[in-house]
Amino acid sequence: MRRSLLGRVWPGAAAVVLFIGFAFPVYWMFTTAFKANKDIVADDPVWFPASPTFEHFKTAVNADGFWTFVGNSFAVTLIAVGLSLVIALLASFAVARMRFKGRKSFILVMMMAQMAPWEVMVIAYYMIVRDAEMLNSLVPLAAIYTVMVLPFTVLTLRGYVAAVPKELEESAMVDGCTRTQAFVRVIFPLLAPGLMATSLFGFITVWNEFPMVLILNKDDAAQTLPVWLTGFRTTFGDDWGATMAASSLFAVPILILFVILQRKAVGGLTSGAVKG
Amino acid sequence: MSAQLKEAAAEPAPRISKGGAPPPRRSQERAAKSVPYLLILPAAAVTVLLLGWTLVKNGMLSFQNLNPRQLIQHITEWNGVENYQEVLGSADFWRVTGRSVVFTGANVVLIMTLGCLIGLLLARLGTKLRVLLLLGLVLAWAMPVVAATTVFQWLFDQRFGVVNHVLDALGWHAMADFNWTSGQFSTFFVITTLIVWQSIPFVAINLYAATTTIPKELYEAASLDGAGPWKQFTSVTFPFLKPFFLATTFLEVIWVFKAFTQVFAISEGGPDRLTETLPVYAFVEGMGNQHFGMGAAISILTIVILLALTAYYLRLVLKQEEDEL
Repeated sequence: MRRSLLGRVWPGAAAVVLFIGFAFPVYWMFTTAFKANKDIVADDPVWFPASPTFEHFKTAVNADGFWTFVGNSFAVTLIAVGLSLVIALLASFAVARMRFKGRKSFILVMMMAQMAPWEVMVIAYYMIVRDAEMLNSLVPLAAIYTVMVLPFTVLTLRGYVAAVPKELEESAMVDGCTRTQAFVRVIFPLLAPGLMATSLFGFITVWNEFPMVLILNKDDAAQTLPVWLTGFRTTFGDDWGATMAASSLFAVPILILFVILQRKAVGGLTSGAVKG
Repeated sequence: MSAQLKEAAAEPAPRISKGGAPPPRRSQERAAKSVPYLLILPAAAVTVLLLGWTLVKNGMLSFQNLNPRQLIQHITEWNGVENYQEVLGSADFWRVTGRSVVFTGANVVLIMTLGCLIGLLLARLGTKLRVLLLLGLVLAWAMPVVAATTVFQWLFDQRFGVVNHVLDALGWHAMADFNWTSGQFSTFFVITTLIVWQSIPFVAINLYAATTTIPKELYEAASLDGAGPWKQFTSVTFPFLKPFFLATTFLEVIWVFKAFTQVFAISEGGPDRLTETLPVYAFVEGMGNQHFGMGAAISILTIVILLALTAYYLRLVLKQEEDEL
């Protein structure tokens, strides 16, 4: 009897403890950002900001170049994710639906490309971009990011395309659609969750990218938020309130996007992942 | 989903005129044959151009004596395999390599074990608690790496970090002013906590989603045969989800082995370069110390090691693709 009661209680207790463990760092970031300085350096941690202040957010937003970095980050992210989605959609359709010589090699190349250790190849990128005289520009950055998220997008979308029954396409074609029309009218709407999931992960990858921009764009005008955020601490010393406010500003777009899209993302990603 | 499918299938049909497709002709057949190649062309082209070319360039740089002087004066100085000889002959490189492999192994084992346990727990929970736990996982998962890294620096801050305070309050007073980035082990502890915290949600949530696809009858049959929870896991769950475990482990190995931002931003490889993993080592040697050719050689070796670590899975995938054709 006692054992069965315990058996019913422990999963719930574990769930609550785990929830706290996973959510706490995020909670601590947001609450610190709203705390008055004397609460941040209090001997006993202040668990909840009773009288929230927006001082730290002001410091972060007024920091040099903040809005430039925001603009740059959004620009490279949207361009890279948009481009890679279009390119990947074409390729994933070919790979999932057609049999052709070289198909296997192409998939293999994509898998290899997914493993590419971009972080360790920054030197080669630096040389190439320098020789093209395009250092401190957002163009090479956006191009590199496009290729960085492309393999994952191709491989995942391929799973989604394969999951759409072939019969749907065939019946549309029997009804007189061309293959292109069948794709646009029948398949494309069904791929919406897949497109959202992959673009979400692409968005996170690019939004976060750090070593490449650190090396290629020393010039302030062409930097993005990750570099700004890591440099922020150096500039502001141990101003943890401002640092946490800056981190919050950096994280919020992703957190919002993710919470809205997560249900679609999760189901879809599994089908992609399990299909290899 | 099925309702969605039906709608989509039913909708376009009435709009389209019947009998539009003419009989195929030879030129059309030939055109049709080239369609897949046209479709993969953009993806292949940009990959070859931006990744392939860079790899080649990286390879070429690794055979050059390239330091600030050569860089500024645009001199190409080939020095054969000297860089490789120097790297492979240095004790540092092997220490870093060993450290990287152990670091990756420890992280991946932790991520897979805890992630799977939490995934199985999700399947056992009632709706409310499941949504609660999912929310926590999604929050950790969605945190951008750079933001998460600054948060962990704050959590583990020497003077005002909440971790030290809690440890002190729990009676471990020596930890009240502990500097986490002062030692190799404690720095790795912080980095590992950060990586595991951020990586578990991917494994747990996907495992949970995958378990929902396992037919219930399999479990019923197993419990009729008297299988306990462990036996059920090994005889039903695990075999059914084997492709998932393989794919996820493979992805985690790659991700952890390549992890740069977390290590670099937490400690920059310190103290005394004791927490440098291979990507950080390549970065510090190449960019930091401006031995660009050496850095390129280290990065080529990193790629080779990564390929060796994932060779088993790559072979499996290759075989599977062959079977499919």
